[in-house]
Amino acid sequence: MSDTRNLFNTVWDLHTVTELPNGQTQLFIGLHMIHEVTSPQAFEILRDRNLSVMYPDRTIATVDHIVPTTSQVRPFVDTLAEGMMSAIEKNCDEFGVTLLDIDDERQGIVHVVGPEQGLTQPGMTIVCGDSHTSTHGAFGSIAIGIGTSNVAQVLASQTMYLNRPKVRQVVVNGELKPGVFAKDVILHIIRKLGVQGGVGYAYEYAGEVFDRMTMEERMTVCNMSIEGGARCGYINPDQKTVDYLQGRPFAPKAEEFDKAAEWWLSLASTPDSEFDDVVEFAAADIEPTVTWGINPAQSIGISENIPSPEQFDETEQVGIAEALAFMDLTSGAGIKGQKIDVAFIGSCTNGRISDLRQAAEIAKGRRVAENVKAIVVPGSQLVRKQAMEEGLDKIFEEAGFEWREAGCSMCLAMNPDKLQGREICASSSNRNFKGRQGSPTGRTLLMSPAMVTAAAIHGCVTDVREMLDPASV
Amino acid sequence: MNEIKQISGTAIPLFLDDIDTDRIIPARYLRCVTFDGLGEHAFEDDRKQDPSHPFDQEQFQESQVLISGRNFGCGSSREHAPQALMRWGIQAVVAESFAEIFFGNCTSLGIPAVTCSRDDLKEMSATVQADPKVAVSVNIETLAVTVGDKQYACQIAESARNSLTSGRWDFLGLLLEKQDDIKQTAGEIPYLNSFAS
Ligand code: SF4
Repeated sequence: MSDTRNLFNTVWDLHTVTELPNGQTQLFIGLHMIHEVTSPQAFEILRDRNLSVMYPDRTIATVDHIVPTTSQVRPFVDTLAEGMMSAIEKNCDEFGVTLLDIDDERQGIVHVVGPEQGLTQPGMTIVCGDSHTSTHGAFGSIAIGIGTSNVAQVLASQTMYLNRPKVRQVVVNGELKPGVFAKDVILHIIRKLGVQGGVGYAYEYAGEVFDRMTMEERMTVCNMSIEGGARCGYINPDQKTVDYLQGRPFAPKAEEFDKAAEWWLSLASTPDSEFDDVVEFAAADIEPTVTWGINPAQSIGISENIPSPEQFDETEQVGIAEALAFMDLTSGAGIKGQKIDVAFIGSCTNGRISDLRQAAEIAKGRRVAENVKAIVVPGSQLVRKQAMEEGLDKIFEEAGFEWREAGCSMCLAMNPDKLQGREICASSSNRNFKGRQGSPTGRTLLMSPAMVTAAAIHGCVTDVREMLDPASV
Repeated sequence: MNEIKQISGTAIPLFLDDIDTDRIIPARYLRCVTFDGLGEHAFEDDRKQDPSHPFDQEQFQESQVLISGRNFGCGSSREHAPQALMRWGIQAVVAESFAEIFFGNCTSLGIPAVTCSRDDLKEMSATVQADPKVAVSVNIETLAVTVGDKQYACQIAESARNSLTSGRWDFLGLLLEKQDDIKQTAGEIPYLNSFAS
């Protein structure tokens, strides 16, 4: 009999330690990534209970959320941030965990670093005290975000309890139009399925669009699974996955790599695989997409108009009205032409080299509009270095963007990069929640890095397709 | 660990949908190495913008049960969110639905997070608004939320209910009991064993 399990179920079964009578699984975790914000209290729990880290070599740490992106000289000016730095340094040292610290060239946003270093591999179970851990699913792994109590559990036991989710296959077939990026695809999916549509599910993204995507584009898609309520999302490993991993520092080497590749490819779901649910979208329906509200499902295509509460289900109308009032946007108007104050390119969603290349292509030879503050924050130091080797920093600076050091920066504004007052920001990050970018009343419009660049240049939301080189269209 | 079966007291209504964890505890308060002191910052930015926010109203200050809407606790995985609520005084949350990571974090902290129908939540919320001192209890053994003399059915994932009511929500201790099984599983995972087949 052929195996009708999908990748998710195969990998889950492989990592199952025990099934509990209450229906939960004690799951072995193959890779545990930690960062400075959600780990200090977990190490405290270990200390209190006199426990050690069970598999220090399956654990890796970096610093990203609180690091400044102007000067990274220690001690940091922000004493609270400096305190968190000392805490993770002390904890990693004491518990034998490798730390990619601020002075390490491999430092960066945890979800950029994992793939970049080849730590993230197909068939693994991966956790991190961070909801965007779903990013790592791009390699065909089960990657989920966890809380601090879980971080302590995984440090001490390399396992945690989880309810096995159902698996929904999200299929997108056809061809994306020029100017439509991975970010638009995932924003479109979240818009259609809702911010809680994925609760209780893992998403398998399948179909021609994802097959064609580069690994970095796949990461953008999987990254935002959590914004659709799915704790994880994944894409089946293929030759691109294998090629991406070849030669990366933590990837297997030589003959072992060949064996690994064979195993990785064997995990992929097959046409016989069964799913709890399947939904399908057409690539042709996806436009450059922009959020107008305060959650990532509140978005529209660039040529559509901002909706009014009456267009929604009765139970949603209060929330929609609240979102429109907070954003100070008018129903019936287009989002195109909406003025912006700040443009942010970066984050674990869109802070990789291909994102910066796309943005630079639009920025090249143009100028950021007056009154717009535009910053580019690479996702890791290696991304930054690569971009500088390609001269992208010069393109950005000549266009009037600030070129920064690596970190999370204005994605959640735990460092000095913050919106002020009612500023409105075109952002390549993943969350447009109230207050997310550092000002309690600040506003966020999510879009692709190319669209952020276009908005920065024109000072307002712009259809990037009008700026593409006709030869490339 | 103590057995958690019923939380009794009074309730605070915050009947809104999609309350994310950035709203529950703004990111700037995550610049800390302990959870101490988070309670006073719960919903800080919302409170500043809305002077009538329930968390600032005198009559709700002693409440134990939070009533909310759909998809409560979505967004970031920060355990600082349930920690902030707990340190403010919340011991149980009743909502239409929860984001998964938030739900798991609540259970880890011994906070029952139960779901009720939207209509029931609307009614509960109105009752509590009208009479903030009305007695409220959340019982996860009988799966009932009581508001005054009215009783509503509620639900909670069986795994969480089981752990809380039996006092077995020290998950760390339980996980560590399986050391041998953990090692055995590790022994069968290809990438931990040089991909030897
Ligand atoms: S870039 Fe943003 S979403 Fe990603 S890990 Fe950092 S703060 Fe979280």
